[in-house]
Amino acid sequence: MDGMSDHEHKIDQDNHPPNAEERELREYPLDLAAADTKAKSGTGKQYWRSIEELAGDPHFEDMLHREFPRAASEWDESVDRRDFLKLMGASMALAGMAGCGRTPEQHIVPYVKQPDGLILGKPQQYATAMPFGADAIGILVESHEGRPTKIEGNPDHPSSLGASDSFAQASILDLYDPDRAKTPTYAGDIRTWANFQEVAQGLATSQKAVSGAGLRILTGTITSPVLAAQIQYVLKLFPQAKWHQWEPAVSDGSREGAKLAFGRYLNTVYRIEKANVILSLDGDFLSSGPGHIRYQKEFYRRRHLSGPGDEMNRLYAVEPTPSVTGSAADHRLPLKASEIEAFALAIAEKFEDYATKLHPKLSLLFSPNAVKFIEAVATDLQKNRGTSLVVAGEQQSAEVHALAHAMNAALGNVGSTVYYTEPVEANPVNHAESLHDLATDIHNGKVDLLLILGGNPVYDAPRDWAFSDFEQKLKKVHTVVHLSSHYNETSEFSRWHIPETHFLESWGDARAFDGTYSVIQPLIAPLYQAHSAFEVLAAFTDKPGVGSYDAVREQVKAILGGGDVEKNWRKTLNDGLIAGTAFAPVEAAAKFSPANLPAPKTAAKEELEFIFRPDPTIYDGRFANNGWLQELAKPTTKTAWDNAALVSPATAKRLGIGRTIASRGGEHGQVRSSVVNIELAGGKVTAAAWIVPGQADDVIVLPLGYGRMKAGETGSNKGFNAYSVRASEALWTATGGKLTVTDDEYPIACTQYHHNVEGRKIVSSASLEEYKKNPNFAHEKDETPPDGLTLYQDFQQLGYYKHYKWAMAIDLTKCNGCSACVVACQSENNIPVVGKDQVMRGREMHWIRIDRYYETGLPTQTDDAKNEAVEIPALYNPPAYFQPVPCQQCENAPCEQVCPVGATVHSAEGLNDMVYNRCIGTRYCSNNCPYKVRRFNFLRFQDWETPSLKLMRNPEVTVRSRGVMEKCTYCVQRINNVRIESEKDNGGVGREIRDGEIVTACEQACPSEAIVFGDANDPNSRVSKLRAQQRNYNMLGELNARPRTTYLGAVRNLNPDLEKA
Amino acid sequence: MSEGPVNSPEIRRLARVLEPGYNYASVTDKIASIVLTRPVSLGWLAGFSVSFTVLMVLLGSIAWLIVKGVGIWGINIPIGWGFAIVNFVWWIGIGHAGTLISAILFLLNQQWRTSINRFAEAMTLFAVACAAVFPGIHVGRPWMAFYMFPYPSTMGVWPQFRSPLIWDVFAVSTYGTVSALFWFVGLIPDLATLRDRATNKPAQIIYGMLAMGWRGSARHWHRYQSAYLLLAGLATPLVLSVHTVVSFDFAVGIVPGWHTTIFPPYFVAGAIYSGFAMVLTIAIPLRKAYGLQDFITMRHLENMAKVMLATGLIVAYGYFMEFFLALYSGNKFDMYLVDQRLHGPYSGYYFALILCNIITPQLLWFQKVRTNVAALFVMSLVINLGMWLERFVIVVISLTRDFVPGAWGRYQATFWDYSTFIGTMGLFVSLLFLFVRGLPAISIAEMRELVAHKSEGDE
Repeated sequence: MDGMSDHEHKIDQDNHPPNAEERELREYPLDLAAADTKAKSGTGKQYWRSIEELAGDPHFEDMLHREFPRAASEWDESVDRRDFLKLMGASMALAGMAGCGRTPEQHIVPYVKQPDGLILGKPQQYATAMPFGADAIGILVESHEGRPTKIEGNPDHPSSLGASDSFAQASILDLYDPDRAKTPTYAGDIRTWANFQEVAQGLATSQKAVSGAGLRILTGTITSPVLAAQIQYVLKLFPQAKWHQWEPAVSDGSREGAKLAFGRYLNTVYRIEKANVILSLDGDFLSSGPGHIRYQKEFYRRRHLSGPGDEMNRLYAVEPTPSVTGSAADHRLPLKASEIEAFALAIAEKFEDYATKLHPKLSLLFSPNAVKFIEAVATDLQKNRGTSLVVAGEQQSAEVHALAHAMNAALGNVGSTVYYTEPVEANPVNHAESLHDLATDIHNGKVDLLLILGGNPVYDAPRDWAFSDFEQKLKKVHTVVHLSSHYNETSEFSRWHIPETHFLESWGDARAFDGTYSVIQPLIAPLYQAHSAFEVLAAFTDKPGVGSYDAVREQVKAILGGGDVEKNWRKTLNDGLIAGTAFAPVEAAAKFSPANLPAPKTAAKEELEFIFRPDPTIYDGRFANNGWLQELAKPTTKTAWDNAALVSPATAKRLGIGRTIASRGGEHGQVRSSVVNIELAGGKVTAAAWIVPGQADDVIVLPLGYGRMKAGETGSNKGFNAYSVRASEALWTATGGKLTVTDDEYPIACTQYHHNVEGRKIVSSASLEEYKKNPNFAHEKDETPPDGLTLYQDFQQLGYYKHYKWAMAIDLTKCNGCSACVVACQSENNIPVVGKDQVMRGREMHWIRIDRYYETGLPTQTDDAKNEAVEIPALYNPPAYFQPVPCQQCENAPCEQVCPVGATVHSAEGLNDMVYNRCIGTRYCSNNCPYKVRRFNFLRFQDWETPSLKLMRNPEVTVRSRGVMEKCTYCVQRINNVRIESEKDNGGVGREIRDGEIVTACEQACPSEAIVFGDANDPNSRVSKLRAQQRNYNMLGELNARPRTTYLGAVRNLNPDLEKA
Repeated sequence: MSEGPVNSPEIRRLARVLEPGYNYASVTDKIASIVLTRPVSLGWLAGFSVSFTVLMVLLGSIAWLIVKGVGIWGINIPIGWGFAIVNFVWWIGIGHAGTLISAILFLLNQQWRTSINRFAEAMTLFAVACAAVFPGIHVGRPWMAFYMFPYPSTMGVWPQFRSPLIWDVFAVSTYGTVSALFWFVGLIPDLATLRDRATNKPAQIIYGMLAMGWRGSARHWHRYQSAYLLLAGLATPLVLSVHTVVSFDFAVGIVPGWHTTIFPPYFVAGAIYSGFAMVLTIAIPLRKAYGLQDFITMRHLENMAKVMLATGLIVAYGYFMEFFLALYSGNKFDMYLVDQRLHGPYSGYYFALILCNIITPQLLWFQKVRTNVAALFVMSLVINLGMWLERFVIVVISLTRDFVPGAWGRYQATFWDYSTFIGTMGLFVSLLFLFVRGLPAISIAEMRELVAHKSEGDE
């Protein structure tokens, strides 16, 4: 491969539009002999280029793709068989050419190390950003000889601070997804881009005549200034055209809430770091929504305990269904989604500012337990004026958002823990209304040309007015152009489908949650005939064929003003962002008082409330074809590959929803759950039910994103489609539905069903007060034998661990189960996806898993699948603990002793090395591993055939075949890379590896800094300091395996007023 | 002496190891005729066809296993070992009775062993063959299984000798070798008899080659006797060692339910228990089909029943001690496992095991039952099943509930698990069918000796 690293090698950027030569060719009638001669005549680079252009000729390609060449219909004696064969020969030659040269056409600048030239085998990192909703996640992408292989957070970027989430980690798989659309199509037939451009120009001309009256553009949320400018440019060319936006998993609540509170759309930015007390009103700010990675980082930095003297922030969560944030909360109250508003009002009522003015009898609406909760929260918030924070959930109504703004204002938090900026979105609108307007226009026949840039409205639009019969409606539109990465449900009904470039394939920009301008630079030329939204729009303008590179450059120039343009540009690319471009806080005049709100009603008892939520792993459905995210167990349910209608234990009992543990896979694989029929909003859907401890009673959660019909091989026909019962007037919370339980059962892949530690030394926890009183709580009943009590010499005595002694410490206080580490590990270590069937057999391959335990777990006897035995009260709201379990790298490793062939051996630094070549697969090591961290290739799980997936793999990690055991290696490839560098340093003399120099993939991804890796021999290393803490304990210490992975006991900052409850 | 029960005619009949009225020639005729002159019966053909078909199921299952991988079985994480290991232990255990009968009883000069030792030894060999199928194919990469042998690798890599699986390799291969040698040496005089009596050329040549030039001279007999005695001495410790080593596979592991010192004696007793059950399972139809009631007498059957009762009681003690030690030690993992055995999702298996292995054999206290051929046959099947369940309970159920509750799982065998297991039965029975047709199922030489002893004793 040439060039990826060759940054001085500037490839011609002037897009002399669609190639003079090409146009010239097009004018000729198809002359086979000439084409053939042309293919033969060129040499060297010229040859290459001419062939490419020849290949790009639409007529020529057309002919190749048709069953018979166009000439066949007018077959005459002049074209004989020989010519035809020659042509076929030429086409074969061209097919070969297409395989080479995947380098972007513009300069990109590596982030950390500017190489003089590419050193083969040395990966490079480039800064870019992943646009995601109203946010851009700043990332660094590792590139091996031009192949992006791994995504990590960009430490300089405000949205990630170096961490990432499971979506960002998994987005690399989307790039290489073999199911991506590969060429533009017209009515399902393959077309060329040039062909599309030509047609687009024609359509533009006819639209021009009516000044764009029939043109509509539908996009998702756009924070890209460049793309927004491009859309504005189109709208300028076609003054009557309209731009609509629809993002199915992002609520209008926050937008409209700001409008309600301040009279206009504003962006809310939290400074979690400054908050001592946080109240989350159904908010999942730690794992979804703009800025969540940063918020998680800041939140857990305030929960870092270096000793019993440290203080923590405190989080109260009120929510209908356990979210990552709720599970991490110190106090959590399950409440119906519709009761959140009343709850917020009841809290506000306690504030001095509002007392007497609000609805005085609010408290009567709640249970004594909830009232106590309200009192305690209100008191705590007021005690921390200026350092408290109220966060409203994305899916909550505008009223709740407005209430949160008012409460923050009343508490004096504005300017300290929260501030407001101009919207990050380029064009904030009410998406529901926007889509409604579009649907109305289509219905009235006003739309001739619809450009759907990204998104999948046929699948995800509300079922009632807009898109239940969207298929029918789309037929009213003369031309629908759909741009998307996959040929999906919407593409089916679109005349034109254009494959969309991945963000790693095209130039762009985006604004982060706080407004920071981030540049998206491509790391690889489009793998297929894919194009960006910018280019599709350009095709309809007077500047077709212009890419976004120049626009991004111009934008950067405009932001930075004068100075050395080239230098600024390089620095921007190097950083991935322009520092200091975060939007300034704006003064927001409150135009809202909670007193104005009507008295809230509460839902009727036992009336089922259906709420919609983006799925924790596949979001709104866009990641449905991403195997990593499908196989990732959802943080709070531990299920994978399906969504399910979530119900609380009490409601399940009332409705007769049950489940049985299947004998195949069992607790670690397969649970058969009742199937329910849901009739809601005129739609009907059949779903598997799933009982979730901690969910509010009478609430049914319908996770979005599943039930895709055309997602690809991985994502189609999984789960049920919650969009099919989602109506526009109740996008997030709906009542009036009917749920009937059937006699059927549906097998759910559940990777962990046993939630009770059974009194074992697995998870240690305490409240902050208990911790202060008894800093040694993690060692209560600890039966770990002292070191050295052995008849044999252990490795230490044998002279191991002299130099480095790798260790990992995981702070359970900081883990909320977000699972970024799991996907990061999968990406780093080439871990295969095994599919639902294999997960149900208990064979998923994750090297790090996150176990979730409830403090009051299920009683043991539920193992017999007798649901009657479940103690409902214990499951009402159990505190949850998450425990990431990678290989424990034991010093007395039980696995090493039993391997008959020495395939798992102890390294001098204390790692349990796996020797794949030597492993014959007896699985004895796994049986003997008390932590069950070993994973076996029962079948050939790796995909060895799909070419695109080969590009994705980390070349530094063996791709395992079937029949061998594998497990976490502490990212030994990263250790060795750093070791090599350290040994070369100081002019070849070498030096010690510095603390923090080696970062394992899980540690790198972790947004809460719960995982710390380092050298336990260095007393000053972070890991040594953590290991020295009293909270540090060995999992199952009594087994004397002496794990190198140790845990720090979980500490919750309980409010003494609520603790007894 | 008064006419006590000891001298009653009934007791004397039961005490016989050879019915009266046989001389050297008639013994030889009777046994050799099964191989040489008796025509292939329809029953044999039918039986062999069925067992051969089942053997083909085994080969098919193994082929599919090699094509796809061990994932076609029901094993998973945490249950890394399933049917393959259960079957391995079961088959190895079955083999033990053969060695016990031929070696230990030989050394103890138990004459009653004579008529059953040959096929008991054959059973040992075939059972070891069936067992040996599993360690080879249960590994993830069967083509690399030779790594377990200490061969002079150019990389200088040796097996990891601390692993019980390596001990297993040595124990089982030694056992297989010694059993085969012992069996073959014992066969030599009989092969010579067959060579001499065979009427067709191929049989003469084949038996002739196998007889290794045996002429029956006194020197031959002298050397034969010493070799046989030596081999019996060599095989004797193996009866104890093989299953002890097999039990180490579990006892050395730290899994609750595996990690216990009671395992070696308990496994050996269990092995002999199941082995005798299997000898009965084979002997009863065999003596019926070939009219060998005079050679395999009621005394044989009763003696074997007594051995089963004794070993069954040791096994019961083992179960009891397993529970007692778990409770006595206070080890929470072991205690939890005991609870799981009794109340967990697999408790049905455990109770079935108690019924098969402890309760049913108590009937053997009654002589009426011990001398009832049909009852013994049924009981032998029940005990075989019980011993298989025992291994299932130990291997699989222990793994479903080990240390970390979050990683607990369950196991269910797949079609391929069953087809492989049943297939090895096809292998076993096919070999037995070939054996009874091709070799003397009862040692002619030793029976002749018995006739000699008898005639001396009767005088």
